[in-house]
Amino acid sequence: MAANNYRHALFCAIVTLIISFPILGFNLEAKGINITLTGATTSTIIAVILAAVAVFVFQAFRDSFMVMLGKLPNLNPLAGKEPMEQSKRVKLESWVLTGIVVFALFWPFLVSRGSVDLATLVLIYIMLALGLNVVVGLAGLLDLGYVAFYAVGAYTFALLSQYIGISFWMALPIGALLAGLTGMILGFPVLRLRGDYLAIVTLGFGEIIRILLNNWTTLTGGPNGIGGIPEPTLFGMEFGRRIKEEGNTSFHETFGIAYSGEHKVIFLYLIALVLAVITALIIRRFMRMPVGRAWEALREDEIAARSLGLSRTAVKLSAFTIGAFFAGFAGTVFASKQGFISPESFVFLESAIILAIVVLGGMGSQLGVILAAIAVTILPELAREFSEYRMLIFGAAMVLMMVWRPQGLLPMRRIHITLNKQG
Amino acid sequence: MLEVQNLSMRFGGLLAVDGVSLDVKEREIVSIIGPNGAGKTTVFNCMSGFYKPSGGKIIFEGREVQGIPDYKISRLGMVRTFQHVRLFTQMSVVENLLVAQHRHLNTNMLAGLFGTPNYKERERKALDRAAYWLERVGLLDLANRDAGNLAYGQQRRLEIARCMVTEPKLLMLDEPAAGLNPAETKELNQLIVSLKEDYNVSVVLIEHDMSLVMDISDRINVINQGRPLASGTPEEIRHNDDVINAYLGEA
Repeated sequence: MAANNYRHALFCAIVTLIISFPILGFNLEAKGINITLTGATTSTIIAVILAAVAVFVFQAFRDSFMVMLGKLPNLNPLAGKEPMEQSKRVKLESWVLTGIVVFALFWPFLVSRGSVDLATLVLIYIMLALGLNVVVGLAGLLDLGYVAFYAVGAYTFALLSQYIGISFWMALPIGALLAGLTGMILGFPVLRLRGDYLAIVTLGFGEIIRILLNNWTTLTGGPNGIGGIPEPTLFGMEFGRRIKEEGNTSFHETFGIAYSGEHKVIFLYLIALVLAVITALIIRRFMRMPVGRAWEALREDEIAARSLGLSRTAVKLSAFTIGAFFAGFAGTVFASKQGFISPESFVFLESAIILAIVVLGGMGSQLGVILAAIAVTILPELAREFSEYRMLIFGAAMVLMMVWRPQGLLPMRRIHITLNKQG
Repeated sequence: MLEVQNLSMRFGGLLAVDGVSLDVKEREIVSIIGPNGAGKTTVFNCMSGFYKPSGGKIIFEGREVQGIPDYKISRLGMVRTFQHVRLFTQMSVVENLLVAQHRHLNTNMLAGLFGTPNYKERERKALDRAAYWLERVGLLDLANRDAGNLAYGQQRRLEIARCMVTEPKLLMLDEPAAGLNPAETKELNQLIVSLKEDYNVSVVLIEHDMSLVMDISDRINVINQGRPLASGTPEEIRHNDDVINAYLGEA
């Protein structure tokens, strides 16, 4: 037992050395046009060795450390308390949620432009994650190419505005519907697949869409992307300093206030907020409808679901379509926010991050997914000072989450259904 | 109401079912017995549409149904349970019953989103039907538990309730008594008889528990190595020499 422990600890320490030494121990320095490799300073090397020693000590005496941790009192103030009564909890939750939404409506007027911009991005990720939650969390279909539908929504708006001059409000439903349609078309060939196989095929689809956008230069501009995507208007009022389109008026002139670039940012934020709330409400409703229950039944046991008269085709396609639909929504908002899109925005890493949000939040749990979307988008921004180690920190946070809370931040809870006694 | 004629099922070189016939009349309990690996479950899988039989006919209410997809078969009114309980374990007990009533519900998405009267009415009826059957199998108090957390016997009963809320005409039970203790088997016995007597459901039963089979079956079919061995009333089967040699054994 003890020998085994030490061997394991030694192994861990060596792994630490192998991983950290090449990253921290060597520096590439640009001298003129040449790049030279220099060794690290003595202090860095000492730090690396110290870290390896720390890993060794922790792993060797891990059991006793864990026991000590467990003895720490009051680490979790809620531990040992009775769970709240069902009806009370539901009421409290809805109050808190309403409060948050109302606060979110007024919040942008109090903070800086950069924060509002970031918050808009958070809301876009919330929409994406809620949509993917339908496919992965509820229907249990591991989709690694989700970003493709996001791209379809964004490119629909960009292309239609470039070639036909369509406005944001027209593009929003068209983009979402087209993304939904793409979801359905991509759904057909993968109907029979599950689990790993499905993941690989959807991964392929995601790449196909991105590579198509990248190489169809005559239509999409290829890697140069598409610029000049119009911003949304409010009843024909534009938010720019000058009016771009005939017949529109400008927002600041209509209301007789000084022009400010912030108006546009706040307006976009509010649109994203409204759309995110609508997304959440619609999907929440779906979850309580026959279609939502059918998704979950298919995830739980496909054979039993079929034996009870659920058509696998209809259920899977509806999950893919609805998930893709909301990705299209998010894509349109994203295109409008950026004003410029290129295939680079729709790489596999995006799919992975959205999936990470769903898993971290707790599969199927809407509140959890929303919290995770906020955390995953904002944390890297807060950690800007450690810019080099951002992804490292992100990765470490994920590993820790999966070890300590594999069910996610807020795991999904069943809806309580009251029954009337019959006969 | 159900007639299986000369059914055969071939997996590559293996003829798992060969020339099996059986018929089930209204309000009748018909059992299929035989040694392990005799092909009983394969017959079930063909009847319920999971397999497409290699030969033979399955006629349900005058209509040939062999090769029709599984979910359509169950919508015709032939519903089955499984040898190993297959519940939606992470969903609550009542949700399991709601899923089963899918075809009775208004599944139009817009109707659901806007909560039309028709949608609400059907949803309410489904809840009432679920409540009725939960009461019937003694699980009403556990309605909001996760189905996976029920005791084994309760899971078995829930699976039968889940079939019954679909309002089937023919129920196919695959070893419903497996893993139950004698008291639970007795309850199950009464439940199956009551399904026939009170709800006019025909039952096809695969079971190894001979006391249960002999007790409630109207007729019994014996299969051995994929081929029909004998069929008749429980009394005839009990005294059939072939059956005793192949399956029942000398007393």
